[in-house]
Amino acid sequence: MPAALPSDLIARLIDAVAATVTAHAEELTALDQAIGDGDHGLNMRRGFDAVLAERNVIAAQPLPDALKAIGMTLVMKIGGASGPLYGTLFMAMGKELGASVTMADVVHAFGSAIDAVKARGKSEPGQKTMLDVLVPVHAALAADPRADVAAVAAAAAEATIPMKAIRGRASFLGDRSIGHMDPGARSSSLIAAAVVSVLGG
Amino acid sequence: MANVGIVIVSHSAKVAEGAADMVRQMVGDQVPLAFAGGSVDGGLGTDVAAIMAAIVAAWSDAGVAILVDLGGAETNSEMAVELLDEDRRGRVVVCNAPIVEGAVMAAAEASGGSPLAIVKQVAEELSPQ
Repeated sequence: MPAALPSDLIARLIDAVAATVTAHAEELTALDQAIGDGDHGLNMRRGFDAVLAERNVIAAQPLPDALKAIGMTLVMKIGGASGPLYGTLFMAMGKELGASVTMADVVHAFGSAIDAVKARGKSEPGQKTMLDVLVPVHAALAADPRADVAAVAAAAAEATIPMKAIRGRASFLGDRSIGHMDPGARSSSLIAAAVVSVLGG
Repeated sequence: MANVGIVIVSHSAKVAEGAADMVRQMVGDQVPLAFAGGSVDGGLGTDVAAIMAAIVAAWSDAGVAILVDLGGAETNSEMAVELLDEDRRGRVVVCNAPIVEGAVMAAAEASGGSPLAIVKQVAEELSPQ
């Protein structure tokens, strides 16, 4: 990874993430209809559509500022709890990253950002949330920067199926939340896969 | 000193407005009151910008107590508080209380001039510990 991300790479990251969110919006909504309020796909698409609309302005900024701008856009546009949760993830990464952007810096900032998401959602891994994907992805990258992130993320999202939800709307269902993939875990795995598809390509 | 302000944040614009009506019936205009309900596109959900605007509308130097319904309303309210100017951030609290009963009880307490901590405590007495 280069010392500073060129703006065309930031633009391609935005395009790839927005495209995967749009392509899977109905799937995310269907997952959320099973154990939540059924708006996750719609909310995520609205958020990333707004990011896409600001793509060139955002991509012209240094990576930390671009991440903060993406986070703030998601906070303001998504509407559901995933707005502040994903917004916090991106904003906290932006705050943590300095001018130097090595792979080690990014992995470290990602870890700090996950801690910020835990605080925002008052949650920990094992509660059937996006953290159940973010935490194993971070652990895999911390152990090996060349880890197969897409595979780790997909497996981690699958692993939320037998979990009982402890946080979020799904927790109201108790044992009936078991047997369904968590929509936030799925959206996190899609975003992680989109990011590495650009960086690895 | 001014009375504590009350902000009501619901996923539903109708619930937010209806709860505010009930508060108004109880305390009239003795308490600054505002509400935010619904997502940016007018559907069910919550909107950080609208919550921030409601906090400003119900602003009191004695502080503002926010009553919320479900998880996203709480998370978005906490986000809105963090995005306020630094000098206001510390004077806004999100109450762990049922939205309608909590708003009415908090407003009744606020109308007597109680400080923010007591207003929050009275609302939270409604929640199981």
